[in-house]
Amino acid sequence: MGKTKILTSQIGIPDIQDINVYMKNGGYASIEKALKTLTPDEVVEEVKASGLRGRGGAGFPTGMKWSFIDKKSGKPRYLVCNADESEPGTFKDRYLMSENPHLLIEGMIVASYALGANTSYIYIRGELLYVLRILEKAIAQAYEKGLLGKNILGTNYSLDLHVAPGGGAYICGEETALIESLEGKRGNPRNKPPFPAVSGLYNCPTVVNNVESIAATPWIVLNGGAEYAKIGVGKSTGTKLISACGHIKKPGIYEIELGVPVEEFLYSDEYCGGIRDGHQLKAVVAGGSSVPILPAALILKTANGENRLMSYEGLSDGGFATGTMLGSGGFIAMDETTCIVRNTWNFTRFYHHESCGQCSPCREGTGWMEKVLHRIEHGHGTIKDIDLLVDITKQIEGRTICPLGDAAAWPVASAVRHFREEFEWHITNPIEASKKGAVYKKESVLV
Amino acid sequence: MAEVTEDIKFNDDRLKEAKRYISHYPEGKQKSAILPIMHLAQDQWGWLSSGVMDYIASLLTLESIEVYEVASFYTMFHLQKTGKYVMEVCHTGPCVLMGAEDTIEHIENKLGIKVGETSVDGLFSLKTVECLAACGFAPVIQIKETYYENMNVENVDKLMDELAKN
Repeated sequence: MGKTKILTSQIGIPDIQDINVYMKNGGYASIEKALKTLTPDEVVEEVKASGLRGRGGAGFPTGMKWSFIDKKSGKPRYLVCNADESEPGTFKDRYLMSENPHLLIEGMIVASYALGANTSYIYIRGELLYVLRILEKAIAQAYEKGLLGKNILGTNYSLDLHVAPGGGAYICGEETALIESLEGKRGNPRNKPPFPAVSGLYNCPTVVNNVESIAATPWIVLNGGAEYAKIGVGKSTGTKLISACGHIKKPGIYEIELGVPVEEFLYSDEYCGGIRDGHQLKAVVAGGSSVPILPAALILKTANGENRLMSYEGLSDGGFATGTMLGSGGFIAMDETTCIVRNTWNFTRFYHHESCGQCSPCREGTGWMEKVLHRIEHGHGTIKDIDLLVDITKQIEGRTICPLGDAAAWPVASAVRHFREEFEWHITNPIEASKKGAVYKKESVLV
Repeated sequence: MAEVTEDIKFNDDRLKEAKRYISHYPEGKQKSAILPIMHLAQDQWGWLSSGVMDYIASLLTLESIEVYEVASFYTMFHLQKTGKYVMEVCHTGPCVLMGAEDTIEHIENKLGIKVGETSVDGLFSLKTVECLAACGFAPVIQIKETYYENMNVENVDKLMDELAKN
């Protein structure tokens, strides 16, 4: 694999947050090119050709999403950047925005131009008010340089860009909940259809894109979609930020070309540097807490014994039976000290806490699973509880307005699928299992 | 529209900020500015009393209930008086892998309080929060706008001693 850096190449340049430094390093060149030499549709075509897929987790082709925007309604169109990064294990957007804010702003201008939006918003999670201030400072500089506001660079195109903070609600990362929140309401997801591309913010055509997706567009405009599509593997084109955490030597944010083998990502010094000294790998949650957990052997190799690759297709190889998902790129590595039951209880508590309460399968199901997992973890479970958990996940999955229900069901279903013995051990050894730090030991599953 | 009876008003700078946020949204869509304005209010008063929420309603020409229902949905807003420093400790999976439960237990013992309570001297409130998106630097604690990273027992001791001196 190559080592192309598209999103992080400028990070580390002193004062890159300052617009003059950013422009000296080639920043905002894509605005000049797009606004003066390309039509909005041509920009959309380049992004389509790039194969760029939504980096927030869903992986939907970005160019395709843009092409759905309703241009005939006569209503204003909006671009909204989803900077509500909240998926456990994911911490890439905070890094990108605080280290290189102008890259996101440049992307917002290019994407807004492509969509014909004259007002755009960056919706950032409320905990990141300090990043909001970094972005607002950078936006003010862009207005001073004539890159935002009326008649950008002397063209007919005008754009206002604002940053809006959330208030601490994971659900607002779901695009229709985000739109509700941006309208000043509780973050209850909307029924679809109508999709935001037809009726979104203030019932106007709206596109919501993740920070990382938008930040990739200036490079695509400058170098062409075809060049971007050469990077990566198959339908997983380009580069992806992976935020790696847990029991590894070098937690952090890494930009990879999609298609790097998981083994290389986990063990090479260029990335995670391996499992912390004296410990062995037990399991990985590869794409943020909602994707299925995999035991060490299955994350490194597919069920067919091939090297598993860090790509959309590579991680999902084998479906949910033996595979997982790339998701948001939140890579959580767990060594043998990790109790899978306790971790699953923790994740489920998270989803119960974050459920907006609108759909009963999610509102009741997440709470029910949390209670069952709590009693298994604390030595009060019965053997029937294990199948009960699986049954509840099936009652939630696919039965809710938004994907939070699925996101809550998958970690539980996969933990039981791959670590059933560990749940059984908790139930048959309740006293030992409920002691602080107790973990089911099975050497053969470790790598 | 709410009637503001108490003497609750933004100072000049915050009022200017509030108006700036309102100006970001189309005519008639001023409700969109509710979250940034609630952040401003929490910055000024430390928490959102019903009087403060009534004031926000008056600024945005909303019914008070519209502010209450939003404030009660978003967990960042304190609807009760808090200590000087609200320690928001992440207790989601990745932070727990790196010892967040020990950190929380340590703070509880140090202050003689449980999660959700405020120390007797009014200095610290302890609150657990969900993922702060800083999992690579776990455990993480947020106090006001600052993220404190790698907050194991030793580091959290140092941090709290430092804050107590101020």
